[in-house]
Amino acid sequence: MKTAVIVFPGSNCDRDVAVALREVSGTAPTMVWHGDTALPDGIDLIALPGGFSYGDYLRSGAIGARSPIMKAVTDAAGRGVAVLGVCNGFQVLTEAGLLPGALMRNAGLDFVCREVSLTVENAQTAFTSRYAAQEKIVIPVAHHDGNYSADAETLDRLEGEGRVAFRYAEPVNGSSRNIAGVLNAAGNVLGLMPHPERRIDGAAHGGNDGRRMFEGLLETVRA
Amino acid sequence: MKLRIFVTLKPGVLDPQGRAIHKALDGLGFAGVNDVRAGKLIELDVADDMQDAQVDEMCRKLLANTVIENFRVERA
Repeated sequence: MKTAVIVFPGSNCDRDVAVALREVSGTAPTMVWHGDTALPDGIDLIALPGGFSYGDYLRSGAIGARSPIMKAVTDAAGRGVAVLGVCNGFQVLTEAGLLPGALMRNAGLDFVCREVSLTVENAQTAFTSRYAAQEKIVIPVAHHDGNYSADAETLDRLEGEGRVAFRYAEPVNGSSRNIAGVLNAAGNVLGLMPHPERRIDGAAHGGNDGRRMFEGLLETVRA
Repeated sequence: MKLRIFVTLKPGVLDPQGRAIHKALDGLGFAGVNDVRAGKLIELDVADDMQDAQVDEMCRKLLANTVIENFRVERA
């Protein structure tokens, strides 16, 4: 599996996601600077990491979404390349228009940093094939702007089309319908607030629920 | 030419910051505050011949996220 991690000024989970990809696929990803305009040839997966981008000025992910590399990411997504946005990466994907909705300040205004229980709502995607439908998994969150918001019509459409991939098992940040992760219409772009890369090593992280996302991706890409 | 762009949350979108400000005003003893909504003011200094359409496009493409926000342009 050939992977790339986009690095924005302020990204701080880029190395974590790089470790996860290397551990699972056996090959280190190419780290691509936000100011670049091209991705490596024959890429299978692009990860947009958590952290911050450009200080999250204006809105979280807003400036990152307009950085030079995002045109190449959007083109790749259009060709069906898998794109995974975690936390700030999710915010960048919504701001770039690759995913619907917006991520607003947490309803309680608090930064939420803890393990949360998620329900796998759709286990038939490139990202979730190693999970069972309705399975409860534990993955940590760490965010201030994770309150997923979209109009009722959009939410209904997402639910109807199986595009809600993950839901918080209990309210975490005020997200509409407890949505934690959403897919694009084609199913090859996933954005989620929880950090799967922080749950890839049972001994160090206390669990492997995040690792299974990367394993599922590897399996799908190889198939 | 100076432009003032007011970016506000759409009606109906929950505004946690406005709510926190409202609570703090209540806490300070100010009675009669019915609601608080927090927004942004962005000031631009632009070429005098800039067209309205271009200003509108800047707002839609970057300054406001029209999924959750409205914007209003004021020429100073």
